Amino acid sequence: MDPVAAKYLGAGLATIGMGGAGVGVGLIFSNFLNGALRNPSAAQGQFANLIFGFAVTEALGIFSLLVALLLLFAV
Amino acid sequence: MADPIHQFEIHKIFTLGHIGNQEIAFTNSSAYMFGAVAIVSLLMIGGSAGRRLVPTRFQSVAELSYEFVRNTLRESVGDEGMKFFPLVFSLFMFILTANLIGIIPYTFTVTSHLIVTLALALLVFLTVLLYGLYKNGLKFFKLFVPSGIPLYIMPLIMVIEVISFLSRPVSHSVRLFANMLAGHITLKVFAGFVASLGALGAVGVAGALLPLAMTTALTGLELLVAFLQAYVFTILTCIYLNDALHPGH
Repeated sequence: MDPVAAKYLGAGLATIGMGGAGVGVGLIFSNFLNGALRNPSAAQGQFANLIFGFAVTEALGIFSLLVALLLLFAV
Repeated sequence: MADPIHQFEIHKIFTLGHIGNQEIAFTNSSAYMFGAVAIVSLLMIGGSAGRRLVPTRFQSVAELSYEFVRNTLRESVGDEGMKFFPLVFSLFMFILTANLIGIIPYTFTVTSHLIVTLALALLVFLTVLLYGLYKNGLKFFKLFVPSGIPLYIMPLIMVIEVISFLSRPVSHSVRLFANMLAGHITLKVFAGFVASLGALGAVGVAGALLPLAMTTALTGLELLVAFLQAYVFTILTCIYLNDALHPGH
């Protein structure tokens, strides 16, 4: 295979990993809303935890984006 | 169609000197960084100059942002974390201002360059590492040994904890960088659709209204992302500082 084509294919394949992060972030926000609608008075205090969970989950998607960017621009 | 990457180009404005063969230049990126610092300084100095009991609009922006960061820091680190308040507040205001400046069309986004966000993330990482070692000594390494874990699984957990600690500056910096980069490329691509459809004549102009509406909506979304990413950067800084102050939790 042409090495340049392989590079672009690899970069495209690497972005599939971001789907996992999408599922994870969706789960976090859906569960937060689930809990927040059951007990709205406790929701305000958990906002920082929500953002932290979101950030940690998103980090894994970002690693796969990083692999894609490295393949496109650094390899 | 216009090149969506063009907006991230760095131009030299004037040369400051050379270190070895490497040129040290004042670029458009440096100019925007100075601009962000000037805006934050003007806001905070101007906002706190009057000190009225009933704040003016200008003063309440300064007070609201101060209280917002103070509450975030106090909730996640506690009162002993307040000595880091100047660091956390400067980071938040700098990133927020840089992100917001970037949304204005034809401007340059400082935080869409990995080197800038990596420098900020390494500043936080090294602060946590050095202050944690200075304050707790060897007890700082309790961070890698969570309590309540069976002994036979401990070596594996320790390796995972060390890797997750070392990957912090990477995820911390790439999150901000990738969000700003991706958002601005998306905006430019949709704006490019407007230009190329508009060139097709009357039917094209009518069709171009759709991507124009999309660009407007995306700009609104980018405003949210600009604030959210500055907040995420700040709250992660607070959580990492909490590790430096109270390891082994």
